[in-house]
Amino acid sequence: MSGFAGFVTRRLLATVVTLLAVSVIVYVVFYVTPGDVAQITCGPRCSPEQVRQVAGQLHLDDPLYVRYWHFLQGLVAGQDYSTGTSVAHCPAPCLGLSYQSDQQVTDLILTKLPVSLSLVLGAMVLWLILGVGTGVLSAWRRGRLSERVLTAITLAGTATPVFVIGLVLMIVVCGELELLPFPQYVAFTDDPEQWAWNLLLPWLSLALIEAAAFARLTRAAMLETLAEDHIRTFRAYGVSERAVIGRHALRGALAPVIALNANNVGSAVGGAVLTETLFGLPGIGQELVHAVRVVDLPVVVGMVLVIGFFVVLANAVADVLYAVADRRVVLV
Amino acid sequence: MSETLTASGTAGTDPTVPAVPGARRFWRRLREQRAALVAAVVVALLVLVALAAPLLTALEGQDPTTYHPTLVDSARGGVPVGPLGGISGDHWLGLEPQTGRDLFARLVYGARVSLGVALTATLLQTSLGVLMGVAAALGNRWVDQVLSRLTDIIVALPLMIMALALLAVVPSGFPRPLLVTLVLGLIGWGNIAKISRAQTLALKNLDHVSAARLSGWNTWHIARRELLPGLAAPVLTYAALLVPMNISAEAALSFLGVGVKPPTPSWGQMLTAANVWYQAAPQYLLLPAGALFVTVLAMTVLGDGVRTALDPRAASRLRVGTTREGGSA
Amino acid sequence: MTGGVRPRREAGAADRDSGDLANPGSLVEVAGLGVEFGDVRAVDDVSFRLAPGAALALVGESGSGKSTAASTLLGLHRGTGARVTGTVRVAGVDVQRASEEELRRLRGAKAAMVFQDPLSSLDPYYAVGDQIAEVYRVHARVSRRAARARAVEVLDRVGIPDAVRRSRSRPHEFSGGMRQRALIAMALACGPELLIADEPTTALDVTVQAQILDLLHTLRAETGMGLLLVTHDVGVAAESVDDVLVVRGGRIVEEGPVTRVLSAPREPYTRRLLSAVPRVDAAHPAAPAGGTEGTGRRDVVLEARGLRREFGRGKQAVTAVDDVSVTVRRGETLGIVGESGSGKTTLGRMLVGLLRPTAGEILLEGRAHRGVDPAVQMVFQDPVSSLNPRRSVGEAIADPLRARGEKDDKAVHVRVTELLERVGLDAAHHDRYPHEFSGGQRQRVGIARALAADPRVIVCDEPVSALDVTTQAQVVALLGELQRELGLALVFVAHDLAVVRQVSDRVAVMRRGRIVEEGPADQVYESPRDPYTRQLLAAVPSLDPHTAAERRAARRALTAA
Repeated sequence: MSGFAGFVTRRLLATVVTLLAVSVIVYVVFYVTPGDVAQITCGPRCSPEQVRQVAGQLHLDDPLYVRYWHFLQGLVAGQDYSTGTSVAHCPAPCLGLSYQSDQQVTDLILTKLPVSLSLVLGAMVLWLILGVGTGVLSAWRRGRLSERVLTAITLAGTATPVFVIGLVLMIVVCGELELLPFPQYVAFTDDPEQWAWNLLLPWLSLALIEAAAFARLTRAAMLETLAEDHIRTFRAYGVSERAVIGRHALRGALAPVIALNANNVGSAVGGAVLTETLFGLPGIGQELVHAVRVVDLPVVVGMVLVIGFFVVLANAVADVLYAVADRRVVLV
Repeated sequence: MSETLTASGTAGTDPTVPAVPGARRFWRRLREQRAALVAAVVVALLVLVALAAPLLTALEGQDPTTYHPTLVDSARGGVPVGPLGGISGDHWLGLEPQTGRDLFARLVYGARVSLGVALTATLLQTSLGVLMGVAAALGNRWVDQVLSRLTDIIVALPLMIMALALLAVVPSGFPRPLLVTLVLGLIGWGNIAKISRAQTLALKNLDHVSAARLSGWNTWHIARRELLPGLAAPVLTYAALLVPMNISAEAALSFLGVGVKPPTPSWGQMLTAANVWYQAAPQYLLLPAGALFVTVLAMTVLGDGVRTALDPRAASRLRVGTTREGGSA
Repeated sequence: MTGGVRPRREAGAADRDSGDLANPGSLVEVAGLGVEFGDVRAVDDVSFRLAPGAALALVGESGSGKSTAASTLLGLHRGTGARVTGTVRVAGVDVQRASEEELRRLRGAKAAMVFQDPLSSLDPYYAVGDQIAEVYRVHARVSRRAARARAVEVLDRVGIPDAVRRSRSRPHEFSGGMRQRALIAMALACGPELLIADEPTTALDVTVQAQILDLLHTLRAETGMGLLLVTHDVGVAAESVDDVLVVRGGRIVEEGPVTRVLSAPREPYTRRLLSAVPRVDAAHPAAPAGGTEGTGRRDVVLEARGLRREFGRGKQAVTAVDDVSVTVRRGETLGIVGESGSGKTTLGRMLVGLLRPTAGEILLEGRAHRGVDPAVQMVFQDPVSSLNPRRSVGEAIADPLRARGEKDDKAVHVRVTELLERVGLDAAHHDRYPHEFSGGQRQRVGIARALAADPRVIVCDEPVSALDVTTQAQVVALLGELQRELGLALVFVAHDLAVVRQVSDRVAVMRRGRIVEEGPADQVYESPRDPYTRQLLAAVPSLDPHTAAERRAARRALTAA
């Protein structure tokens, strides 16, 4: 077991290193790019004098490594900002202040985070159930008409962009059939039932595409397992087809499904941005799109880092789960 | 087939297998799949439409950017005048609400942007990925470590988020379609690099590569002649899946208003605008949505076909999958 | 080839068919069995019978249809698209007509099967004990706990030490031999009347093979179950069965008691097959002229001193080769023999310069030799991966010439044609691609490519282990000819003791990265000094059933000692 504990430790250390590297890359890329941040922040009518003043306020004149160092300091120890007249303190995990609203980026993210987490986690449950279920079903019914229908549906699913599905769902379900009201975010803590009803469509539009990918993968992995030698062994010993599929073929698909889930957290986060924008959910994605439009760099950088943090973390967790699921993996 | 072959008894060889194993066999296997064939025809048509966009619009007598304020009913908020959203002999697919721009022209020019961006980005991702992967596999431990970590990080970063954020900081003077292409290309090469590295490592240990080393060839010669052809199959397979992903990504970015910006037409951007017009001018929404769906579907099916044609093991697995143990259950 | 056999066979089969109906005591009755996959007739009119408790072997080379025939006994062909004709009765069940349910009751309970590759034949994700218990519960209505107890019982029975604990391990935590024991335990679990063993020892080392064959022998004596053994190895059959069927191209060529068939084969094919089998007890064919006189230092072509190779670093480092020194002289063959993991392949790759030694040095004709050198070539084991599928064999053979800088296409073509003909291939095959050749022909191409470099030494890494025994004999003969003709020094790396004896002047026996014994071939094989060499030699199956029995006794004595 010490080998396993060691593996987990090494994996966590690697995660920390990756996160640091991500922060450097993101920071450098965003603050080195040629856009004139001071001019944009100040507005098109600012005089060169005013622009210089803004640049001074935002420390845009300091060398890059100094600014990155300040940024790291803020992240670990917090930081004080002078906003012209008063001094604002930004406590420990400080990601800076918004150029636009002077709001602390950390606070901004914290208020938006529950919405995005609700969306992504709920959709994940949905896509795992739908996707793996469909995959198992089509592996079990292989060669039949029902399998071909399922294959066609999943293919159409993978081919439809998230926002097209979401748009169609919203127009049909809320607009034409009026089965549901247009989604409005309600916090889970306020009313769990309303929370779920309002998130139903966003969940579906985010989950359907991912589910299609999982269905294809599960089916392929199960068919691959079914072609392996050990399946022949169990058939040669009179084990029923149901047990062969449900016990042995499904177990073989577990590890690839875990790996895909980690891989797809990133693409799902991208999908969440679209879903939030489309349904008007006040989550991180919507805020990020807004910040991008107005070039509010601290907000953009902060959000990209937070999202990167979650994705890298999800990958690390998946790696550990993968190692548990497939003990043949060499633990290095 | 010459007499000497049959006489000398090359037992177990299939005379239908052509003498050149690579390309021709690939085409034959691809042609055997009906769905892939249909998809290939659709893709070919789409490419043709994109290439011939100026010709087609000239035929119609329109262009994608001219406003037709007289053809929209400003009293009703800008709904196109005439039946079915303004479809007529002059405007084959009707008009855009409010502006009155020609929808057919915008759609075919949209195909140009969509396919152009996606294909170029795929080319960029593939070349970068292969370069990184092969360099990591053939380089020393140190090179491998650095490149592999870099690849891990690139793969971990969510593509949409990074693209979104990067598009924010580049000055607006930069041509947007080119920018979207570059951004997608520069951050989407991670998986190709991983595949190339793994495949190169596997190939490197094959005996025929060792034999080439024993013959006295240098590393560059071996990489070019023994390794790169072996990389083609897995890399092409993944690249074929990248194309529809890039089409979706460009459409999504344009949909969010940070990709291709007006007046350049793009399907994703049309969808954003059409969002609020679905009742008054349904085809404004349905046309770009349909175009996207058909394009991505055709590209995905073609990608599947390419994979089946390149990986006979997958193909035989699919065939195994269609037979059931004991049909009576 | 089969033409002369047919009439006699048909008469025999007809007699037997009528006899079978009158004799319900047979465990297995196969009559007129045919199996077709599409246009390919894999099995053609095969008939045989197996009495309860008897042992029969199906012996044949690859593609002879022996495994296909065996798998129809359990109805495993169902759903694969194979067309099966004739009748198959196993333990009273008509396999062709049986319902799915009847078939399931037959499989495992009355007739159990043991497969070739024990690692892939077990589910990697579940504990071995659980897998046996699962199979047991299909046929016996018992609790989970009772099934687990049964699993431990049979694991103990097949000689797995500490069976209670080991039953909780997964297959990859077992060694190859232990896995095959576990698979046999699974077969034993339901107390079947018939055991079908499909190449049960092919994936195993020779000493482990001997243990498994001894185990099968013991179990059969104790339980009285019948055995149908499918094998390509005549020696394995000689060790294990009473009767033997020789199959070729889906048809039975010859059948009879194993002693009779092996000592006095009637059919030309059987004779050819038996004469191709290398004998471990046959003395080395007359040493080539000059082979023995070349003992002076002057003739040493390749010399390795204190070679050592480690893989991995730090605590995980494994030493594959440890302080090995060898010399090869002009015109001489050095055999290097060892089981899997002995380091013989690593040594071979270091000798040609494909692997860098961690320590030690290699001298080529007295000069230090680092990295690859055209004078030292290699013939590889796998006829598939050793040729680039995208390049014609002509291009492959021309490779060393072009690498040397030969620009004259005409000269290259002439030389390649010459080499093709020298290794016994048609010069017209110059532009053909590897997939158009059989395994033996591809090995010939590999030899021609090695020769193109005008080498002084060729290291052959298991050059014939992927080939059928008749092809094997031809390739070995070719290597011998070339050596005599060109005065080459050969290093012949192999696991097969008999093949190594057949080709080598001197032999080095490797174990765990070290050479445990080295000397002239006849001396090592006739009077081995090292106990490990003795153990290896005692494990080699003998073609003579009487010798096999003696050897079995000797092995018992060795393990008891």
